[in-house]
Amino acid sequence: MSKEHDRGMTISVKPGTRLTVGLIFLFGIYIILHGHLTPGGGFAGGVIVALSFINLDLAFGGEVSARIFAKGSTSVVEAFGGIMFLALALLGLQWGGFFDNFLHPDGEPGMLISAGIIPLENIAISLKVGAGLFAIFLTLIALQKFESEKK
Amino acid sequence: MITESTIPLFVALPLAGAFLTVLLKKIKGIPDTFGVMVTIGTFVMSIFAVLQLEIGQKVICNVGNWGGFQEVLGKIVGIQLVVDGLTAFMLVVVNFIAFLVAVYSVNYMTRYTEKWQFYSLFLLMLAGMNGVLITGDMFNLFVFVEIASIASYALVAFGTGKRELEASFKYAIMGGIASLLILLGVIFLYSNTGTLNMADMTRILAGGDHPALLYFVFALFLTGFGLKAALVPFHAWLPDAHPSAPAPISAMLSGVLIKALGVYVIVRIFYTVFGFTHEISLVLMTMGAISMGVGALVALRQWDLKRLLAYSSISQVGFIMLGFGIGTPLAILGALFHLFNHSMFKSLLFLDSGAIEYEAHTRDLKEMGGLAKKMPVTNGTTIIGAMSLAGIPPFAGFWSKLIIIVAAVQANHMKLAAWAVLMSIVTIAYVLKAIRFAFLGELKKQFANIT
Repeated sequence: MSKEHDRGMTISVKPGTRLTVGLIFLFGIYIILHGHLTPGGGFAGGVIVALSFINLDLAFGGEVSARIFAKGSTSVVEAFGGIMFLALALLGLQWGGFFDNFLHPDGEPGMLISAGIIPLENIAISLKVGAGLFAIFLTLIALQKFESEKK
Repeated sequence: MITESTIPLFVALPLAGAFLTVLLKKIKGIPDTFGVMVTIGTFVMSIFAVLQLEIGQKVICNVGNWGGFQEVLGKIVGIQLVVDGLTAFMLVVVNFIAFLVAVYSVNYMTRYTEKWQFYSLFLLMLAGMNGVLITGDMFNLFVFVEIASIASYALVAFGTGKRELEASFKYAIMGGIASLLILLGVIFLYSNTGTLNMADMTRILAGGDHPALLYFVFALFLTGFGLKAALVPFHAWLPDAHPSAPAPISAMLSGVLIKALGVYVIVRIFYTVFGFTHEISLVLMTMGAISMGVGALVALRQWDLKRLLAYSSISQVGFIMLGFGIGTPLAILGALFHLFNHSMFKSLLFLDSGAIEYEAHTRDLKEMGGLAKKMPVTNGTTIIGAMSLAGIPPFAGFWSKLIIIVAAVQANHMKLAAWAVLMSIVTIAYVLKAIRFAFLGELKKQFANIT
């Protein structure tokens, strides 16, 4: 057996995860970008994107996602999402008021590139929520590892 | 200076400070700088707000510029941020204490690791509190209450010791129940009035007679925000949570958080949204009187300095609620004055208790003694704060308590006035106990090397 199969779940789970994890990630991106057109948005999409990383960890053991997305960078991405959201809100002050939709005030129903700053704010929220949720998950598994090592 | 476009900055500035602190945490000195600069900025803005606001004037900011769409089917749909007199007053109190606490923390928090986490959470809590004060929208109010509460749960657990975690867990559970009740109240109000805007809600509620559901909402809000304000039947989390936090956070929680999230919101909702009625007056007076008594009498028996101060906070919030419950103009003046005074002297006393803990490494009054010789400045400031708390004449605490008691007499609540006088005397007793055991008497020999 190769070294890869020492950790994580059984062999029947791993190929399934390999096939689906990219689709889950893309679905999250879709939910984020279509936030202003269909139900969902930054929060739901961010959660789905974070779940795709969490899925990798669950199937292949705790270190796989860390190679793609280091733990230290979660707080940076999260803070960046917050700053981006706030900056868009404050930029509105230049044109008409707090949270003023200064880019494209009249959206067209069904068009992807419309609705002004709302898609941008969805992206900011997804960064914050996704990174935040993933950071919580990483903290929980780190805590569990710490406790199992103590035993 | 205080215009439509500067109002959101009360929330945006601390939020930006919190996120930038996380982003730039690697650079040395950034957390301190941001913490102090942001709080001084909001403090200066709040001073301008008070100076430039005329009596009865309201400055309204329509978030997202939805003002043009204000009347969709006869309803206000946008979120409004409002600064009126009470808000401006509270903004000064909150941001002044926050500024002093931020300066104090620069040195004090070096005892703990990860200073950037502290300042980030602290600024988030400040953003939540400022948001609660300036919002004019019921659901927005709930969101900001949650921001401030969740940041404070994390800050109470900041020491990550056994006691801190237990206190924080208890606080989080109680706070969660409070938030649930508040949310339920907001939902019922929305279903009843069809609007979330406070001014709109006032207009609709003033028209008709109060349906029975509204009394249920009264109870939900009184319980929910009573939990946040630590009025007596709902106070059990406070004596654990406030002493367990680091001293600057204790000062922040006891000094302003219970007032911004509890007292201010109760006053805002019951005075301006529901309209002040006889029943509300009775309930607030009763809860105030009970809080006053229970807090003061239990504080007498405490040997932990910070726990004693925490129980004293419950008692003093009782005084404030009594003033608001009486509801005459003089009583409201007294209550606001006492709110301001209590923020000042209770924060001072908590910061002093932090200084004592910093030097003596204990909070137990039995182990202290004779610290006056070693810590003359802390001794002096503690005596000033304590005398104000106890209501000794030249200090501010005396005048505010006097106004509340005079207002109670004028409104023919003789028994309440007598009860308030009695509880002031009990206050003197526990304050003298704290000073006697901490500062006077023989200097214990383990403190001989304090400089």
